[in-house]
Amino acid sequence: MTKLKKLTQKQLFLPLFSMVLVMLINIVYDVAHGNPFYNFFTVSINSQGILYGRLIDILNRGSEAAILAIGMTLVVSASAGTDISVGSVMSLAGGVCCVLLAGFGNVNVNSYAVPLWVGVLAGILVAGLCGAFNGMLVAFLKIQPMVATLILFSAGRAIGLLLCNSAIVYVNVESFKMFGGYTWIFPTPMLITACCVLVTALVLKYTAMGTYVQAVGINKDAARISGYKSAAIIFLCYVVCGLFAGIAGIVATSRIYSADTNNIGLNLEMDAILAVALGGNSLGGGKFRLSGSIIGAYTIQAITTTLYALGVSSAQAPVFKAIIVIAIVTIQSPVVKAYMKKRGAAKQLESGKEVHAS
Amino acid sequence: MTFPGVKALDHVDFTLRRGEIHALMGENGAGKSTLIKCLTGVNNFESGEIHIDGIGEAVKNRNTLEAQKRGISTVYQEVNLCPNLSVAENLFIGREPMTRLHTVNRKEMVKRAQKLMNEMNLPVDVTRNLDEYSLALQQMIAIARAVDMDCKVLILDEPTSSLDDTEVEKLFNLMRQLRDRGVGIIFVTHFLEQVYAVCDRITVLRNGQLVGEYPIAELPRVKLIAAMMGKDFDDLASIKPEGGLHVGSECLIDAQGLSHAGKIKPFDLKLSRGEVIGLTGLLGSGRSELARAIYGADRAQTGTLRIKGQQVHIKHPIDAMNLGMGMLPDDRKAEGIIGDLSVRENIILAMQARRGMTKLIPMKEQEEIADHFIELLQIKTASRETPVKQLSGGNQQKVIIARWLATDPDFLILDEPTRGIDVGTKTEIQKLVIKLAQEGKGVLFISSEIEEMLRTCNRLAVLRDGAKVGELSGEMTQELVMKTIAEG
Amino acid sequence: MTKKKMNSNSILLMLTIGLFVVMYASGCIAYADKGFTKLQVFLDILKNNAGLICVVCGMTAVMITGGIDISVGALIAMECMFMAVGVEKWGLPALVLLPLMLLIGLVFGMVQGYFIGYLEIQPFIVTMAGMFFARGMTAVISTQQVSVTKSALMTKLSTMKFNMPFQIGAYLNKKGKLMVPNVSIYVIIAIVVLIATFLILRYTRFRRSLYAVGGNQQSAALMGLDVKKTRFKAHVMCSLLTSIGAICYVLNTMCGTTRQALGLEMDAISSAVIGGTLLTGGVGNVIGSFFGVLINGTISSLVKTNGKLSSAWPNVVTAILLCFFIVLQAIFARFRKKD
Repeated sequence: MTKLKKLTQKQLFLPLFSMVLVMLINIVYDVAHGNPFYNFFTVSINSQGILYGRLIDILNRGSEAAILAIGMTLVVSASAGTDISVGSVMSLAGGVCCVLLAGFGNVNVNSYAVPLWVGVLAGILVAGLCGAFNGMLVAFLKIQPMVATLILFSAGRAIGLLLCNSAIVYVNVESFKMFGGYTWIFPTPMLITACCVLVTALVLKYTAMGTYVQAVGINKDAARISGYKSAAIIFLCYVVCGLFAGIAGIVATSRIYSADTNNIGLNLEMDAILAVALGGNSLGGGKFRLSGSIIGAYTIQAITTTLYALGVSSAQAPVFKAIIVIAIVTIQSPVVKAYMKKRGAAKQLESGKEVHAS
Repeated sequence: MTFPGVKALDHVDFTLRRGEIHALMGENGAGKSTLIKCLTGVNNFESGEIHIDGIGEAVKNRNTLEAQKRGISTVYQEVNLCPNLSVAENLFIGREPMTRLHTVNRKEMVKRAQKLMNEMNLPVDVTRNLDEYSLALQQMIAIARAVDMDCKVLILDEPTSSLDDTEVEKLFNLMRQLRDRGVGIIFVTHFLEQVYAVCDRITVLRNGQLVGEYPIAELPRVKLIAAMMGKDFDDLASIKPEGGLHVGSECLIDAQGLSHAGKIKPFDLKLSRGEVIGLTGLLGSGRSELARAIYGADRAQTGTLRIKGQQVHIKHPIDAMNLGMGMLPDDRKAEGIIGDLSVRENIILAMQARRGMTKLIPMKEQEEIADHFIELLQIKTASRETPVKQLSGGNQQKVIIARWLATDPDFLILDEPTRGIDVGTKTEIQKLVIKLAQEGKGVLFISSEIEEMLRTCNRLAVLRDGAKVGELSGEMTQELVMKTIAEG
Repeated sequence: MTKKKMNSNSILLMLTIGLFVVMYASGCIAYADKGFTKLQVFLDILKNNAGLICVVCGMTAVMITGGIDISVGALIAMECMFMAVGVEKWGLPALVLLPLMLLIGLVFGMVQGYFIGYLEIQPFIVTMAGMFFARGMTAVISTQQVSVTKSALMTKLSTMKFNMPFQIGAYLNKKGKLMVPNVSIYVIIAIVVLIATFLILRYTRFRRSLYAVGGNQQSAALMGLDVKKTRFKAHVMCSLLTSIGAICYVLNTMCGTTRQALGLEMDAISSAVIGGTLLTGGVGNVIGSFFGVLINGTISSLVKTNGKLSSAWPNVVTAILLCFFIVLQAIFARFRKKD
C-alpha cells in the first residue's frame, strides 16, 4: 500500500482532513480580506473578562452537538442505527427543568420554586427515561432504530410544549444562566462538554465498555457465542444517549434561560449523525473512535460559522451540509468501494505485467 | 471454474437422464452449489460445456431467466418466492397474463393459477398470500411454478431440511409424479435415507472433483459413505489413539433428552473428566446442532442437563461459560471472528465477557495472554494489533481457538477446529486436545476426518439424519465407524 | 393441510379504519353543537391535507420497497418558494411554472433514486441529505416569505370551489343563507392521485416488483426482477407525487416560506405506519395510508373545535398511536417468525 493510501485508511483521517480544510478556507478568507492569516486562531480576553475569538465561538456553539455526538456514536456503533429523537429529547429535558424550577403554571419567574439541582436532575433523568424507552423498543422488541426513535421525535417536543402550556417559560435567575454562561474566562458549555468527553473517555479506557459495544456492533452472532448479551448492551447505549441529550438540553435551555420548546435542539439530531459520520465512523455499526465524532461535531460547527462569515445565512447552510453528507457516504458505499477495488486490481495487474515484461 | 485461489469445480462431468431422480451429494465445499450455479447461470464457468437434450451446440446461461427459458429451474431451500404476494402472483412473476391496456389481467392469472394447483393436487387458495401456507406447501408451490414453466430439469436444493416426515413423503410423491412425466430431477441433499428412498442414481463430489456416478441399486450405503469421505473402502488401516487417555470419574456433562425441533432429535450424552468424545457422521447429520444444544447457542427445547451433578438451565452462552464451558463454532466467519478488532482483542474476548464489563483486563495482561497464544499456536500475524480480518483463514481459526483456551474451560467443544489449517498445526491441535484431557478437562470434538477423531477420542457418538444413532468405544476402526454411520 | 392464518395485514387495516370511524363519530357526538357534524368539516380535513395525501401515496410506495424518504417536506417548501418567487419576482406565467415544478420533482427523485438504488446507500442518509439540500435551496431562492398575488391563474385556481352535487349536506346558516359544502380543486387533484396510485399498486407489474423487493430482496433478484431499477423508480414516483402535493400546497397557502411543510415527512410516515404499512417493507396499501391521514386530520380538527386544548395535543396523540401501531407490527412480526 502506498503511503498516501495508508494515511487515508487511518480512522481519524476524515475528521482531521475536514477540520484542516475548513481552517484553510478560513485562512484564505482572512488573508483575502486583509486580516492576518492567524486571525481564525486568535484568542483574546475581551472587556468583560472572558475569552473571545472565532475559535472560541466554534467551541462554544458546538457544545450541544458534541455532547449529542458522544451518545450517538455509541448508538450507531452498537445497533447500526441512529437515534433521531435526541433533538426532541433535548427540548423535553429543558422543558421539564424549567417547568419545575418555575413552578407549574408560571411563565416568568425570578426565583426557584424548587432547588436548582432538583430541576436539572429531573430534566436529565427524564431524558434518560426517553433513552430507556428507545432502548426497550430497539433492543428487546427488535424494532428498527429509525422507526423506534421516530416516536419520541414527534412526541418529545409536543410533550414539552404541553408541560409549558404552549408558552415559553423564563427562569430569570442568575445561577440558572450559569450552564450557558461563563465560568471564569471560559464559556461554561465548553467546560461541560469537556467533562462529558472526559468521563466517557475514562469509562471507555478503564472498563470493557468499548469492547462490549464494538463486539456487538461488528458481529452480533460471534459476540453472543463469546458470552455477550447484545440486547442489554444496546439498551445501555440508548439510555446513555438519552442522558447526554438531557445534558445538552439543559445547556441549551440555560443559554437563553428559558424553555423555547419549539426551537431547542431543532435539527440538531441531523448534526449529531453527521458528526458521527464525519468522524470516520461507519454508520453501519462496529468499530468507533469517539475522538473522531467530537472533531466531526466541531468541524460541522466550524463549517456553519465559516459559511456565515462568508455571507451564507444559517438557513442556506444546509445545502453545504447536504453535499458533505453525500460525499462521505458515497465514498463509504460498498458499490463505490468495490468499483475502486476493481480499478486498483486492474492497475496492479497492469503494472505487474509491465514488471514481468521488463 | 475457479474462485480466487480455489478450484471450486475441476473438470466435473455430470449427466442427467430424462425421467430420473438423480441425487447430488458431497461434503461441505465439495462443489455441489457451484455446479448448480453454473448450470443455472448464477455463476460463469471457464471451461467445459453444457448440452441440453442432446443438442449439439453447447449452452451457456447468463442468468436465471435464461436458464428458466431453456427449461432449467431451481427450487432452493429457502423457497425463493415472495411471501408477501399472493400464491397466484408468485406463480406468474415475470410472465403475468396482460390485458390489452397493458395492465395485469388478475382474473386470468387467478384462473390459471388455481387450475395449476388443482392439477397438482395442492389444497391451496391462490388468492391468499404465500406466507399463509406452511413451508412444505410453499416448496411445492415453487415446484409447481417450475413445472408450469415447462421445465425439463428441476433442481431441488436441500428441499427437505425443514420438513417433517409426512411432508417429506408428500414431496417425494410429487417428485415421482414429475419423474414419470419425463422431468429430470437433481436432488441435492445430505439425508442418506431419503436418497435411498426416492433416487435412481447418485453423483458424489469431493473437493470440487467428481468421485463417481452410481446407480442406486449397485451402491450399498457403506460404499456411499466411503466415497463421500474419500476413502477406498477396502484400503483402511486401523489407527490407534496416540498416548493413553485416562478417564476420570467425575461426570462433567450429563445430557438427557435434549433436543431442538428441526435441528436435533432428543439425545443422551455423558462426558467425564479427562474424556474426549467425538461426534461423527455426515455433514448435516446434526453434529453441530447437538453441540449447540448443550452449549446453549441454540437453546435446547426439551430434556435436562446436569453439569458436575447439578441440574442447570442454560439460556444464553454466558451461562454456559460461567459453568466452565466453551465452544468453538464451525462457522468462523459468521460466529467466530470479530473482523475489525485486533488479534489481541479477539483472543481476550471470551475472557472479558466472563469478567464483566466493569473489570477490564489490564492491557499488560492482555498483551501477555495474546503473545502467549500467538507463540503457542504459531499464529502468523504482523503484530498482535493487526485486525483479525487481515489474517489467513487458518490463522483466524487459531485465534478463535486461543480465545477459548484463554478462558481455561472445564469442558470445551471444538467444532471442526482443524478445518482450513495446515497439516503441521493440525497435529499440534490434536496433541493439544489430548493434553487438555490429560489435564482433567472434558472435550467434545467434531471433525469430518475420521482419523483425527480416532487418534484423539475415547468414544465416538455417531449421528445420522439429525439424530444420534449410536456410540462406539474401545477398539475403533474407520470401517466400524463408517458402518455405524451407514447402518446405525 | 392449509394453515389458515389470520391475515395480520387485514387486521391492521380494519383497526385503522375502525379507529377513524370511532374518532369521527365521537367528535360528532361530543361537538354536535359546534357544528362538527357538518359535511364541510370532513371536506375541510381533506382540504387542509390535500398535499399530505399526495405525499403519502408516494411515501407508501417507497416504504413498500423497504425504504424511506424524509426529504418530502423540504421538497414541497422548495417548490412552493420556486413558484412564489417565479410569479412575483421573475414574472413567469404560472402555466410555465407548474410543469416546471413537476420536472424539479422528477429530477430530484431521479438523483435520490440513483444514490439509493444503484449506489446502494441507505435511504435515510440520502434523503436526509436531500432534505438539507432542499431546505437550504428554499432559503437560497428567498429568505423572506413571498405571497403569490400576481398570477390570475393561480388566484382563480386557488379560490375555485366545487359545490357538492345534489346539494348533499347543505344547511341553512344563522342568516338563513343556503350553505352548500364545497371542495377546492386541489382536493380533487389529491383524490385523483390517490385513485391513480391505488390502481398502479394493484394492476401493474410495477406493483409486484415493489412488493417483491420489499418482501424478500434476494428472492426478487433470483426471480429475475431488477431490484435497483425498482428502488430507483419508487423514489422517482415519490418525489413526483410530492411535487403534485406541492402544487396542492401552494394553491392552498398561496405563498412560499422557509418554514413551509416543516415536519411533513413525519406526518406522512406516521400516516402510512398507522395505515398498516410496515417500515420493514413488503406490506402496505394506500387506502390504509389515506385513513392514516384522515385520522391525523380528525385529531387536529377535534382539537381545533374544542378550542381549549393546546395545539400540541395532535402531535402527542399521533405519537401514541404511532407507538401503538409500531409495537403491534413488531409483535405480529415475531408471531409470524415463530411459526
